Amino acid sequence: MDIQSIRSQFPILAEKIHGKPLVYFDNGATTQKPLSVIQRISDYYSKENANIHRGVHTLSQEATTAYENARNTIQKHIGAKENYEVLFTKGTTDGINLVAFSFGELLNAGDEIIISAMEHHSNIVPWQMLCERKGCKLRVIPMNEKGELELDQFDKLLSDKTKLVAVTHISNSLGTVNDVKYIIEKAHAIGAKVLIDGAQSIQHIQVNVQELDCDFYVFSGHKLFGPTGIGVLYGKEEILNQMPPYQGGGDMIKEVTFEKTTYNVLPHKFEAGTPNIAGGIGLGAAFEFLNSLDMKEVLKHEQELLDYATAELTKIEGIKFYGEAKEKTSVISFLIDGLHPYDVGTLLDKMGIAVRTGHHCTQPIMDQFCIPGTIRASFALYNTKEEIDVFIAALNRIIPMLKD
Amino acid sequence: MSIKEKEQEIIDEFALYDDWMDKYEYIIELGKDLPLIEAQYKTKDRLIKGCQSQVWLHADCKDNKMKFSADSDAIITKGIIALLIRVVNDESPADVATSEFKFIKEIGLQEHLSPTRSNGLVSMVKDMKLNALKAVK
Ligand SMILES: Cc1ncc(COP(=O)(O)O)c(C=O)c1O
Repeated sequence: MDIQSIRSQFPILAEKIHGKPLVYFDNGATTQKPLSVIQRISDYYSKENANIHRGVHTLSQEATTAYENARNTIQKHIGAKENYEVLFTKGTTDGINLVAFSFGELLNAGDEIIISAMEHHSNIVPWQMLCERKGCKLRVIPMNEKGELELDQFDKLLSDKTKLVAVTHISNSLGTVNDVKYIIEKAHAIGAKVLIDGAQSIQHIQVNVQELDCDFYVFSGHKLFGPTGIGVLYGKEEILNQMPPYQGGGDMIKEVTFEKTTYNVLPHKFEAGTPNIAGGIGLGAAFEFLNSLDMKEVLKHEQELLDYATAELTKIEGIKFYGEAKEKTSVISFLIDGLHPYDVGTLLDKMGIAVRTGHHCTQPIMDQFCIPGTIRASFALYNTKEEIDVFIAALNRIIPMLKD
Repeated sequence: MSIKEKEQEIIDEFALYDDWMDKYEYIIELGKDLPLIEAQYKTKDRLIKGCQSQVWLHADCKDNKMKFSADSDAIITKGIIALLIRVVNDESPADVATSEFKFIKEIGLQEHLSPTRSNGLVSMVKDMKLNALKAVK
């Protein structure tokens, strides 16, 4: 894989921050966008903009085709059986809220939902709200010191009360890759449905929803080189058809009278109102960018970055890593003895290096480790070993400044 | 010295540094001289929780002069608090309550006082002024 040629497709990577070349290690929060995506959005607004699904005029039809083609591109990439199983949302959070509401309507008091100890707040709070609303119970799969789920405990949590299991494919704070295949099989064996939070997955690994056999899979466009404000909820047709609509409005109806309204078919039933058309088309372009890559090569490159950075960081005195799972993607969460993440993050920024500090929207993880937060470096396919060298050199300059 | 004069003094001091890292070396030094809050005051009701760093603030008023002491778990935050306190300590409650701390922007540190930074500093400035307001005769 030619990293320099990939880098040249991302204009922002040539930017300078405080006069220093940008080293962008905050890919877990959002990834940068390739020219093809930027250009596609610009082209859409310059040449194709119109509202979709409702006009007979040429532009409206072209915009509709572009939007629906994006859906097809995504369907193929994630291996969904039907294109109407790919619902456009605002992002991961929106997708989870949709399921928590609509699938939640099918649940009853006493039903149980299982999540895990390493979930993003987005995959905790909507379920807590559902539990409040419906009198359901939330159960949590515990996690060991290395940041791996204790699957034997999961087995024990499963019962005939379990209606849904919602777990993350890859942890944004720890990098842990969960054995979702096992979780899905076990949950299905007792008749529960499974939602996978894929916010941190598709940018790193090839995902096939039919092979996984998950019932729902959610992700955000902005974390996989696409625009913000757009994401996908994949759901199995049969279950989506059982679920009541989430929001009411235009596009999601078949017929409206004041006496009774009937709902449209999938995917429109769950896509009320004028959608984020440019976002959807831009996301299609992001998937085409992913399709132009060999994901095995991407993963190999990112693993090399992870191994190299981990080895170099290990040389720093007083460093402690959080998240040492056997199966891990290119996320490194750490603390340096006696140093506050806020101080380290602030000084790294002044040297042009973007990392994330804090709890990464996973407070329960931080509570388990009894820390207020970590410094997190998360790599994407355009990062290089040279950037890691810059990062390590910056840390070695910062540490003596902050230690008395 | 008035608040204005003290602010100008800080602006002049920072004008000596054109490199960010040097500026921060200086802020870290200042953090070490922060009038530290006494342990007995380091209580929950004086804790200002940000999601990045936390701040404790204690305020007193004697002879119509405000006295602040504080602490933080992050040293850069401490340095910035030290600057804020240097400007308003020994000033009248009325002056503190209306102080806008504009010098922070002049020396390029406004990012630390941005509400989105959530380091506790924005709430701390608010608390400083509230305490001063309460002390206004
Ligand atoms: C694992 C995980 N789940 C959910 C989210 C929420 O994604 P979004 O804010 O794009 O809805 C994120 C992003 O921070 C994430 O990393």
